[in-house]
Amino acid sequence: MLEMRRETLLNAGIALLLLAVPLVAWAIDETYYITVASRVAILALAGVGLNLALGFGGMVSFGHAAFFGLGGYAAGVLSHHAFEGSAFMNWPLVIDGSDSTLTLWFAALLLSGVVAAIIGAISLRTTGVYFIMITLAFAQMIYYLAISLPTYNGEDGLPLYLRSNLPGLDLSNDLTFFFVCYALLLLAIFLSVRIVGSRFGAALECARQNENRLSTIGIAPYPVKLTAFVLSAMITGLAGALFVELNGFVSPSILSWHLSGEIMIFVILGGVGRFYGPIVGAALFIVLETVIGGYTERWQLFLGVILLGVVLFARGGVVGLLAGKARHD
Amino acid sequence: MSAAFIFEQLLNSLQLGVMLFVMAAGLTLVFGVMGLINLAHGSLYMVGAFFCAWVAGETGSFWIGLAAGLVAAAAAGAIIEMLVMRRLYDRDHLDQVLATFSLILIFNEGTRWVFGAQPLYLDIPEALATSVPLPGGGGYPLYRLVIIGFGVLTAVGLYLLISRTRLGMQIRAGESDREMIGALGVDINTLYTLVFAIGAMLAGLAGALVGALQSVEVGMGEPVLILAFVVIVIGGIGSIKGALIGAILVGLVDTLGRAFLHQLFALALPPAEANGYGAALASMSIYLLMAIVLAWRPKGLFPVNA
Amino acid sequence: MTEPLLVLEGLHKSFGALRATDNVSLDLAPASIHALIGPNGAGKSTLIAQIAGSLKPTAGTVRLLGQDITALSVPKRAQLGLGRTFQVSSLAMAFSALRNVMLAVQARQHATFRFWHPVRGDRSLIDPAMAQLERVGLAERAHLPVTALSHGERRQLELAVALALEPKVLLLDEPMAGLGGEDSERMTEVLTGLRQDVAMLLVEHDMDAVFRLADRISVLVYGRVIASGSVEDIRASQEVRDAYLGE
Repeated sequence: MLEMRRETLLNAGIALLLLAVPLVAWAIDETYYITVASRVAILALAGVGLNLALGFGGMVSFGHAAFFGLGGYAAGVLSHHAFEGSAFMNWPLVIDGSDSTLTLWFAALLLSGVVAAIIGAISLRTTGVYFIMITLAFAQMIYYLAISLPTYNGEDGLPLYLRSNLPGLDLSNDLTFFFVCYALLLLAIFLSVRIVGSRFGAALECARQNENRLSTIGIAPYPVKLTAFVLSAMITGLAGALFVELNGFVSPSILSWHLSGEIMIFVILGGVGRFYGPIVGAALFIVLETVIGGYTERWQLFLGVILLGVVLFARGGVVGLLAGKARHD
Repeated sequence: MSAAFIFEQLLNSLQLGVMLFVMAAGLTLVFGVMGLINLAHGSLYMVGAFFCAWVAGETGSFWIGLAAGLVAAAAAGAIIEMLVMRRLYDRDHLDQVLATFSLILIFNEGTRWVFGAQPLYLDIPEALATSVPLPGGGGYPLYRLVIIGFGVLTAVGLYLLISRTRLGMQIRAGESDREMIGALGVDINTLYTLVFAIGAMLAGLAGALVGALQSVEVGMGEPVLILAFVVIVIGGIGSIKGALIGAILVGLVDTLGRAFLHQLFALALPPAEANGYGAALASMSIYLLMAIVLAWRPKGLFPVNA
Repeated sequence: MTEPLLVLEGLHKSFGALRATDNVSLDLAPASIHALIGPNGAGKSTLIAQIAGSLKPTAGTVRLLGQDITALSVPKRAQLGLGRTFQVSSLAMAFSALRNVMLAVQARQHATFRFWHPVRGDRSLIDPAMAQLERVGLAERAHLPVTALSHGERRQLELAVALALEPKVLLLDEPMAGLGGEDSERMTEVLTGLRQDVAMLLVEHDMDAVFRLADRISVLVYGRVIASGSVEDIRASQEVRDAYLGE
């Protein structure tokens, strides 16, 4: 019970800290840090998505950049068309561009979900190291597709000139944009908590521990895992859409396998299967990038050494270190 | 489309295929014997290329450079095996992925630190910088044929090593049962270091040879690494025979896709669009190949019993 | 005569040249315990795996409650009323004993794809699960993670999980293996008490338990049933003594 309390307190602290940074930055007029905080929230959201598949379902997806990037492209391409006043598609359906935030989010969720269903359906036929490599390879496929298709500038990417319209809010205000990202992040964590605690979550966690056991009691693991994989990808896809809006730019770099690795790092640094872990992981990552990156261009060398140390010697990540062992009952 | 062009493309795909094999063989050997998935294999490829380019530049001899590249890659492999990898054999694949991903970051930045941010250039040895006439007209670079030769030699060498030598016997024993090689009186740590160094040396060989065809730069190993993954997934992870077949298949599909797909599209579309779609589909083709193989055989063409 | 619940007809399984299961036919009558005995390597576990569905037979059919289930997957068979325990305990190790059983209750209710309502505090799962734990004598240990349970307790838990499925037929792969005197006594009692509700196919090396529990015994040697009959028949059979009991 004490341990449980400790993790709850820690989680509240993590969430409040992330909220405090942009408020302080706004108060002292250091607006750059508002953007940094938005970045953390968005990357953490991507991690929350992956955590559902990896932390709770045991599916080591090394291709989540695909969903992040697809979400980003869905949003970016539609708003590009809206800006140009052209249609995304005329046949067989007429799909116009859009500058409505909700439409962009919907498109990101839809595209990443549908592609995840296809990739997952094939990849989940395999297990272990095959699954890792296949998810990686499918993500590379989408990356090369984005690079070689000339329609949206291939490797150079697309600039987006305006943030989208969310009724009642002005997203071009950086602080407002942060609040929206932050709200979506907490919503995604809340959804994860509900899902993992539900009957579906119980089956998912059993699939991670012992697939054989799940089959033996009459629950087929495949649909359970596929469903979790798709949900996971959709959350990460939504993060991609936010990321593109934050940067005002979409390019194949958000589909690269380095990003897949980084999303995984957020989850691991924070603690696998910890609901708030991805926030800690993403924040640490950005802090390292900002602080060490301020001294030397070689910050990735230090990141590599730190990460290697965490993997070799501090399994359970930061939340595990601070809150003790995870409770399972 | 002339016969010579087709022949040239076939040789190109063979050259890509054998290089992928040399890369994939090390990867699959390490997985088969130690159960380790090593993302840093591409970094060893890069180490081989950089040392080859650097020493060749200093000495003026490609061959001394090649030897240096092999030694450097094998030494780097042995060092990371002793420092990092042996702590990972009993860990799950997630830990292995992350630890070796960290190594990529360290290798990339470390290489930039040592060699600078500018790419190095490695010249093809003068004696090999000519063309060999092809039947049906045209010529083919001799150096690329030499690469194919190296790949074939590697395949034969590995076959002999594994089927004919004492070390090979230990490797085969290690694949089936770790305790058993302990019982054979083999020092398992030495064996693992040796196997890892051999794998690393193969990666270094591929890096050095290919380094003369393109620029030697940080990150050059990563696209090759992912192709090598596709190869061993298609072939069956842990199977060297599978790696060979997989590499040839991937080499064929990739090269021929790039050479011919846009012409296929051109039959139905205007040239600009045909080029675009052709290139897009070509870049996806090997992944589609992989998806088809896996939908049919989830453990690859030559599954290894785990 | 009543219809048998489980029928094996001409089951064959070969691994290359090795015949692990060789033309096995077998019936399991309602409210009965049918023991399967034989020396190590006789193919008992291979046979269980084919009945449960984790191995596909080379030839032959498996019928459950009159339905041909030979081509069905493991989960489908479980849904139709086939429960099993494993020779080596196979449980969700990080879960508590209770959650292992709750998951089986949930499977029985065909209610897995519910994403919102928390299972913690859900009486419709907890109450039936606790009832099964009590049945096997594990109620006091319900909230411990599986890793904290003894070997014998894990076997009891496996049984509780299987029972939560309310199976018609239960496959028990060496439920006594590794149990101490007291634990195996308890297991024997539990199984005796279950006889009226579930028909059981019991693979067991503990001959005392087999002779106490079984209504019928089949002897498997090199994948073949060399004798099948009542306990008395098997005790009396010279062939069985020669081949197996080693007297």
